[in-house]
Amino acid sequence: MSLITVERIKLFSTRSPWWCMIIAAVLSIGLAALATGFATGPQEAEVTPAMTQFGVGLGQMVIMVMAALAVTTEYRFGTIRTSFQAVPQRAALLLNKTIVVAALAAVVGLTASWGSWAIGNLLAPTADMAINTSAEWRLMFGQAFVYALSAIFAIAIGILIRQSAGAIAILILWPLLVESLLPLIPKIGDDLQKWTPFTNANQFLNGEQDMGLAGAEAAGASTALSPWWALAYYAAWAIGVLVIALVTASKRDA
Amino acid sequence: MIEAKGLTKRYGATVAVDNLSFEVKPGKVTGFLGPNGAGKSTTMRMILGLDTPTSGDVRIDGQHYRDLRQPLTKIGALLDAKWVHPNRSARAHLAWMAASNKLPKSSVDQALEMVGLTSVANKRAGAYSLGMSQRLGIAGALLGDPEILLFDEPVNGLDPEGILWIRNFMHRLAGEGRTVLVSSHLLSEMAQTAEELIVIGRGRLIAQSSTQEFVDRASGTTIKVRTPQLDQLAGVLHQQQLVTRIEDVEREGKVLFVEGDLTTDQIGEAAAAHGIVLHELTLQRGSLEQAFMQMTGDSVQYHAHDELAHVGDVNLMPPTGVEVASGPKEDN
Repeated sequence: MSLITVERIKLFSTRSPWWCMIIAAVLSIGLAALATGFATGPQEAEVTPAMTQFGVGLGQMVIMVMAALAVTTEYRFGTIRTSFQAVPQRAALLLNKTIVVAALAAVVGLTASWGSWAIGNLLAPTADMAINTSAEWRLMFGQAFVYALSAIFAIAIGILIRQSAGAIAILILWPLLVESLLPLIPKIGDDLQKWTPFTNANQFLNGEQDMGLAGAEAAGASTALSPWWALAYYAAWAIGVLVIALVTASKRDA
Repeated sequence: MIEAKGLTKRYGATVAVDNLSFEVKPGKVTGFLGPNGAGKSTTMRMILGLDTPTSGDVRIDGQHYRDLRQPLTKIGALLDAKWVHPNRSARAHLAWMAASNKLPKSSVDQALEMVGLTSVANKRAGAYSLGMSQRLGIAGALLGDPEILLFDEPVNGLDPEGILWIRNFMHRLAGEGRTVLVSSHLLSEMAQTAEELIVIGRGRLIAQSSTQEFVDRASGTTIKVRTPQLDQLAGVLHQQQLVTRIEDVEREGKVLFVEGDLTTDQIGEAAAAHGIVLHELTLQRGSLEQAFMQMTGDSVQYHAHDELAHVGDVNLMPPTGVEVASGPKEDN
């Protein structure tokens, strides 16, 4: 438990994590307000709970940045050496950091998803915003899993890259560009995309979802896996990269 | 006790630490001396388990650092005062360190008090001066009340007040019976703080001895003699088994130097006994820095070559006829 305390003190004794968490929630809820608030007249009735959740994906990016920074700033300012000096069991220390950041990410994920739904409820009162299908329940609570796993993924990348700019570039370009551009490769592109991590995270959230006004296209590419298997696949990626990162950090010179 | 055996660290083709073996004796201040780039910091990082040795090992009371539980209670270290998040307060910095080794919260206040940072403990560490950062680093090292302390160049860049404070602090720590290993590239600084010395150059051990012994050996005396009967005196001294050397000194002509542990009295009496006229007879004590440079001279990695002296040749200056200081005189 003492290592959890260590990482909790570290995270909350600087300001940037607070800002990242606030921005993540505000961006999510703000985009939900735009997506539902501009739907007026007959369109308003076509708003669904899933439509309020697009912005939550943006918040997820911000949380990944926060998670990566939680590690890279330690390398940037040399506190990682003070940390390893205080706790030579490096993997244990970094694992506890991961737990703290992932738990926090889950809380922010839930705040973002339910906050977005609430603002949608407020701005589109005539729409059917009841959460009553299993797909909708999966979406609303599933953001906690996706946020937490994304944070784990980001921390692992942060440990491996050790540099803020490089780690953030990878974390932004990978889901936004690399995975969405893969289908441009003839023949194998579509299959490749189906086995990428973030596409599967998306499949977990948006698979079998009623996108209403936004149309089925908004759900994004679907994968070969059913939603819950897609989540397991995403988790395997995140934990796999984390294991590589922990082994690397334990072996190399700090 | 810290014990290094055959410690070696290689970065690609460069050898930072080369088969280094030494012991840091308990209850004493040991100076870790060497020119910049000699491998002092690398060695200290290996002691603390931050860098893994290419071969050989170093143990603290028989244990590898990586195997220590609650290491801060055993060995405290300050390698770099800048290793603090600039937006974190000194108190928060020490608080997480204390939590990591299950130290009570009171240890944070005690450490802050000991280095005199209590009044600024809640300020962000990034706003600290170098002297204050150094104190914060020392507070971190003392947090677990360890018996062994490691400091890497603690006086580097400090003002005289800061240097004096650190020096007194070291004496106090030694007085409390703690083992202190402190690195420096200044022999004169070490002569004032350390009882024992470990001297390295280019990653290799040059000497391990008590400071007194090292200084005596390093600053051996030379006697300078000027006499018109140079060869005659040299012959007399040779018969007494003394080592002499004759040098051409600028503006003074040929001068006789006598090496070894002896007094001017002996030379004067020997000269009088043979009726030799003396023009000068002086005892010269070599400076510590000079001696240190002589001992580590071959092992300094980056020599400052006298290239500036040749600047005139490289045509960096317009040919105005102004002579480059200390440059070779050219016949125009």
